[in-house]
Order: sequence, then C-alpha cells, then structure tokens
Amino acid sequence: MSIWKYANPLKFMGWTGPIVVPMAVLATVCILTGIIWGFFFTPDDYRMGSSVKIIYIHVPSAMMAINAWAMMLVASLIWLVRRHHVSALAAKAAAPIGVVMTLIALITGAIWGQPMWGTWWAWDPRLTSFLILLLFYIGYMAMWQAIENPDTAADLTSVLCLVGSVFAILSRYAVNFWNQGLHQGASLSLDAEENVADVFWFPLVLTIVGFVLLFIALVLIRTRTEIRARRLFSLNARERMNDA
Amino acid sequence: MIGLLMRDLRLAVRAGGGFGLGLAFFLIVTVLVPFGVGPDTGLLARIAPGILWIGALLACLLSLDRIFQLDFEDGSLDLLATAPVPLEGVVAIKALAHWLTTGLPLTLAAPVLGVLLNLPGPGFIWLLVSLAIGTPALSIIGAFGAALTVGLKRGGLLMSLLVLPLYVPSLIFGTEAARRGAEGLAGGAPLMFAAGITLGSLAILPFAAAAALRINLR
Repeated sequence: MSIWKYANPLKFMGWTGPIVVPMAVLATVCILTGIIWGFFFTPDDYRMGSSVKIIYIHVPSAMMAINAWAMMLVASLIWLVRRHHVSALAAKAAAPIGVVMTLIALITGAIWGQPMWGTWWAWDPRLTSFLILLLFYIGYMAMWQAIENPDTAADLTSVLCLVGSVFAILSRYAVNFWNQGLHQGASLSLDAEENVADVFWFPLVLTIVGFVLLFIALVLIRTRTEIRARRLFSLNARERMNDA
Repeated sequence: MIGLLMRDLRLAVRAGGGFGLGLAFFLIVTVLVPFGVGPDTGLLARIAPGILWIGALLACLLSLDRIFQLDFEDGSLDLLATAPVPLEGVVAIKALAHWLTTGLPLTLAAPVLGVLLNLPGPGFIWLLVSLAIGTPALSIIGAFGAALTVGLKRGGLLMSLLVLPLYVPSLIFGTEAARRGAEGLAGGAPLMFAAGITLGSLAILPFAAAAALRINLR
C-alpha cells in the first residue's frame, strides 16, 4: 500500500467523486461565515476605517495565488519523476485558478489601495512581483494551449514551471532591491511581533481555510474534467480506428 | 565543440539578416524613444540606461528563434542530439554563438547610442560593463525559451511571452548598476547581483534547455 496507488486515474476518480461536493459546500460555508463575520461583526480599524474589511478577500486570494503555483511546482515534479498523468493534469487544472486568484488579489489590492495610499497602483515590490507572477501564469497556460501532443505539453510545461519558479523567486527579491514599498508587512507570520489583532484574525483564518478548500475542490473538479476529456479523446480515436 | 561554434558563427554572419538586424533594431528603438518622450536632454539622460538596456533586450529577443529553429527544420539538431557531444554542451555553445553575434555587438554599440541619449559621462563605462555582464544571461535564458518552443509552428510570439518574464531580474540589476553609475554612485552591488544571475543561469539552464530539446525531438 502506498500513496501512489491513488494516482491511478480510475482510483482517483473513485475517491475524489464523493468528496468534491462536500468540500465545495464546506468551502462556501467557511468563506461566507468568515466574510459575514468579518464584514458585520468586527470593528473598523482605527486608521483604515471600514476599508480594512477587504482583507478577508485580499489576503486569502493572495496566499492561494502563491500556493497554487507551489502546488503546480510539486505536481510538475511528480509528473517528471514518476510519470503519473493525473499529476500533470492537476498542474494544468490549477493554473487558471491561480490566475484568477492573482487577479482577485491585484484587483482587491487596487480597490484597497485607492483610499489608503491615494493610488490604484504603485510600483511597490509586492505589487510588482504579483504582476510578474501573473505573467508567469499566462506564459504557462499559453504553453499548454500551444502544444498538441498532451505528453509533450505536460513535459515542456513542467520544465517551464521548474525554471519559472526559480526566476519568480529571483524576481521577487530583485524587485525588493529595485524599489521601496508602500505595502504593509506580512499580516500573519508565526514569528512576527506584530500581527493583525485577534478580532480580525479569527474571521481571516476562517476565510483562508475556505479559500484553501475552495482551491482544492476546484482543482479536483477541473482535474476530473481533464481526465474525462482525455477518456473521450481516446474513445473517439478508437471509434475512428474501428471505422477505418 | 569548437567546430560547432565556428559553424554557428559562420552561419550567423553569412546567412544574412541576423547579425546586422539586431544592431539596426537597437538603433531604431533608441532613435524612436526621443520621439516618444520629447527631446528634453535632462529627461533623456535620466532614462538613458533603462532605454538602452530594454533596447538591447528586445534586439536580443529578435534573433532567439534562430538558435534552434533552422537546425530543427533541416534535421541537423537530431544529428547533434545523437552526436558524442552532450546536448547540454551543444546548448551552451549555441548560446555562446548567439551572444557573440548579438550580445557582444549590442554591448559595444550601446555607448555610441548612449551619446544620442545624452548619457552622463561616468555612465558609459558602467553601461558597457553591466551589458557585458548581463547579456550572456539573456542569451542562455533565450536559448532555454527557444528550446521550449522549437517544435511549434509559430512559436515566436509564445517564446517572447515565456522569455520576457525570465529577463526581469537581469534587467532590474543591469539597469540599476548602469543608472547608479550614470548618477555617479557606486554600482558595484547590483552589478554583482547581475553577475550572480548570469552565472547561475549559465550553470542551470543548459540542462533545462537540453531536457526541453530532448522532449521536443522525441
């Protein structure tokens, strides 16, 4: 018995089928509770007023934007090393979700930044590196689109993902060097002396959990769709062979 | 491997287009910038390092698809892949040939174009050094991008999309060094970062590019 047996497409379909819907429901409950709690039952921040409440969408989506790329990196590595097709398809499935998370983070950040910093956009290190992350996501997805052979596409995008990760981290620190930031520091580090206050912390953690669950549910759904599409393709191919 | 280098150099120089075209493109970009932002010499002097770096980067991008595309089409890349020379070495040599025919001429031409943009006196040597250190990274990163897209019909646009984000760190540190130099500050720190990125790329990317080539040749 090893964990790898779940990578068999049939097994994968079997065990993900029943948990997708409960997971999506749980994600919705977490996000809704967190947002309602955060929006209506927490006080306004004394400096930022009620605009602080966008944090319940901004922070989780920003975290998931990065975590989605990390998940793609792991999935690509597994594909390159162990050649599990489900892994490659999961990486493919995660990319569009990552793009949406990145966009949500950028847009909510702009909406938040407008009243707070007086500008929609600043060439701040965090903002800039998110924009670069968006470009990496777009390149990765374009690569999947461009190649017809699915195995070649999976291989090449995996290599791109590995190299892209290195350069994404490099860019992250390069832009730090390049410009000083407006963006506040990390709001949730374990080692920091100053974090967000507890009143904001609980609903925030709830929405983060919700976003994580939402991401997993979406990836599972999209991966299942990819597997079904692949099956359909091979069924069609067999049909054509029989006809010929 | 030296034979391969000489062959690539000879092809680049004699086949026409690639060699002079990059330089001409660089010139045109540099000439267009004052039309876009106005002839104010103070402003031009301030943005000159960045403009020259971006111009060099785009000119470099222009000739990337030549690295593998022609060899892929006429089959010599298959021969190179089965040759006793490791494919990683082939990639490194081809990137070197690309740098010698693109990065090096661009580096040497940049100070001349710096005169057009009214680059301050101390900036010339910094610009030259930062380009000399930074452009090899552009070539090897570009070789990786070219290896990824070699099998595609119209890979050029996709390759730009893939390669340009990878150029960000080199661009940031290279322009930063040139800009600081032009303002009379010490640009040593960003220059060293740029050198680090170049060396790191040279160490890692030939392997990644060779892996991508093998996948494409399969």
